[in-house]
Amino acid sequence: MDKLIVSPSPHIRAAAATSKIMGNVLIALLPAVIAATLLFGGRALILVGVCTGSAIIWERLCNIVMKRPDTTGDLSAAVTGMILALNLPRSLPYWMAILGTFVAIVIVKQLFGGLGNNFANPAIVGRIVLFLSFPSAMTAWTDPFLQPQVYDATTTATPLVSKAASYSDLFLGTVRGCLGETCAFALLLGGLYLIAMKIISPATPVAFIGTVAAFSWLAGEDPLYQVLSGGLMLGALFMATDYVTTPVTTLGKVMFGLGCGIITCVIRFYGSYPEGVSFSILLMNIVTPYIDMLTGARPVGAKKKEKKAAKEAAA
Amino acid sequence: MRLNGIVLAHNKNTADNPTVPVPLPESVKIPMSQHMGVPCQPLVKVGDEVKVGQKIGDTDAVMSAPIHSSVSGTVAAIEDFLLANGKVCKAVVIKSDGKQKMSEEIYRPVVNSTESFINAVKESGCCGLGGAGFPTHIKLRVDTKVTPIDSLVINAAECEPYITSDYRELVEAPDDVLDGIDKVMKYIGIAHAYICIEDNKPQAIADMTRRTSMRDNITVVKLKSSYPQGAEKVVAYSATGRIIGEGELPAYKGIIVMNVSTAGFISRYLKTGIPLVERRLTLDGDAFRTPCNVKAPIGISVRELIKFADGSPDSIAKLLSGGPMMGMCLYDFDTPVMKTNNAILGFTEKAAVRKEVKTACIRCGRCVRACPVKLMPTELEKAYDARDVDRLKKLKVNLCMNCGSCSYVCPAKRDLAEKNQLAKELLRQ
Repeated sequence: MDKLIVSPSPHIRAAAATSKIMGNVLIALLPAVIAATLLFGGRALILVGVCTGSAIIWERLCNIVMKRPDTTGDLSAAVTGMILALNLPRSLPYWMAILGTFVAIVIVKQLFGGLGNNFANPAIVGRIVLFLSFPSAMTAWTDPFLQPQVYDATTTATPLVSKAASYSDLFLGTVRGCLGETCAFALLLGGLYLIAMKIISPATPVAFIGTVAAFSWLAGEDPLYQVLSGGLMLGALFMATDYVTTPVTTLGKVMFGLGCGIITCVIRFYGSYPEGVSFSILLMNIVTPYIDMLTGARPVGAKKKEKKAAKEAAA
Repeated sequence: MRLNGIVLAHNKNTADNPTVPVPLPESVKIPMSQHMGVPCQPLVKVGDEVKVGQKIGDTDAVMSAPIHSSVSGTVAAIEDFLLANGKVCKAVVIKSDGKQKMSEEIYRPVVNSTESFINAVKESGCCGLGGAGFPTHIKLRVDTKVTPIDSLVINAAECEPYITSDYRELVEAPDDVLDGIDKVMKYIGIAHAYICIEDNKPQAIADMTRRTSMRDNITVVKLKSSYPQGAEKVVAYSATGRIIGEGELPAYKGIIVMNVSTAGFISRYLKTGIPLVERRLTLDGDAFRTPCNVKAPIGISVRELIKFADGSPDSIAKLLSGGPMMGMCLYDFDTPVMKTNNAILGFTEKAAVRKEVKTACIRCGRCVRACPVKLMPTELEKAYDARDVDRLKKLKVNLCMNCGSCSYVCPAKRDLAEKNQLAKELLRQ
């Protein structure tokens, strides 16, 4: 070497990388994608592909238009696309799905400054916009395990409304619902993988799911049924644990999960929508900066100067 | 409460390598500022004959430590020397005559009181050998009526990867270490000493525990191997449970923290009167074919050490003085070894050039969980980027000890520790 490299310390870095974290989230979503394909057929897989692919394309297009470096390599767009797909019913037209990823990636993420700067979870907002824009297409549910020729989406009730499914149906996902939300088993598998890999903290999902269970019990509903049905598992394990839009500290994560659980139950039991998971996460996303402010740890050894100064001023 | 820390690969490759002396260099370059505080003024001029241990630099300022020649020979030059902190001081270049004649100034100090002990430590040129280089006599000069000291914390954590020089002090000179501890306790009037060793050095822990088993005023503390266990505030907390607060010295909490090699040196100085003219360094890194521990004269060129460890300047892409977490990059192979250098690490291009991709902060919170003083590095970075002085003060950036844990764990590969240093500089202005 002609010249020595001079750089500030530290000179070594951990192996963890943004792209590896996002890659692990994709791996954790695979069980749910496989379950969706088994339950709802090939179109489910195509829908996942369309969402993931279009999310990556939107991200790249934004990079080009905004003259920013290529950020598709960090895989965050792929994660958003895949999570959004799992929040859609099997029969949703592809163009609507692409519109959903447009809202998620272009409007919610890139227009707010890209990865790390969006205040709301892109996939959640994508889902909510689709839900409010196309209410019938977004609630056209298909029964699982149908032969291709008899696929016929109807706006009949999901188990959350009908309350007619068995626990084992809910656990294995053999009920009506969005692609990725029905099979609690696959979602738990992915969630446990993320916890084992130390990608997510168990604080948020435990607080979220625990609150829903406790609230349901107090409200006279069946806690286990409420926990296993609807989008709770998908939301609590994969969307309420998004780093960017949720609190940093453990105490903050618990508060976030608590808030999500309460809002979810209030909407489920007393609101006019059958499901409240996505609204609850969006609302808690909005208060996340304040939770962070409330729960910031006091640095070790910091003096409480303000108090002291106030005392001196009084004396 | 336990302070946060991170787990690093230890890479203590040289733990079993006994210290070997390096061949005497043809010349040494001895900077006049090798400690925290006021630089010394050269006491010699070009052409003067000097001997080993002869005082060649001193100052009237209190916050300083005298500097002695490490070789016998002739003063060849007195030149300007650019220090790592960007300041310039004088450096005395001495051409060795190869004879290593000892100076007549060397005598066994007469120590019979606190005052004579502290003066002896001052005359030895001793400053903290762990890296920070705080003049030891200043550390010992506490008014025990105002701030009573009850705990001497001996820092043998050595939490930086690669470095084993303090470990070798424990293994090779345990009697000196214990004698140094006894002397400090006796003359400063400290009731209890804690020898703090990370649990990745079980032999040293076992040996020290055995040697102190009959002593009720010395405790060997087994520390969890977690970086930065050896940071002054962290090791003081681990030993005594006392938190050294913002802007406080350990003495305010009744503690003196001393590096283990410093304790060993004090004992040897009191026995021989030979001042601080040589020290032990670990030479390691993938650019050195023969990693080792050496005893080298202060002022020897790093180039000589590279040669000794079978490295070649051609293959070195990054040269560190100190460990990989807090060490400083050297930009010149002819940089002299200073009193505070505990390691020289050389890395090839393959190991030194980082290829990771920097991304935006994803707010994962790893830095927050890593910070030993519970700062919020991600928030500090944003506050610094906005030059928000009030927020930086509120977030207590001044408490950052630059341990580098936040940068290390960051998956977005952001230079968080660097930003904290810049932020502290901003607050100073």
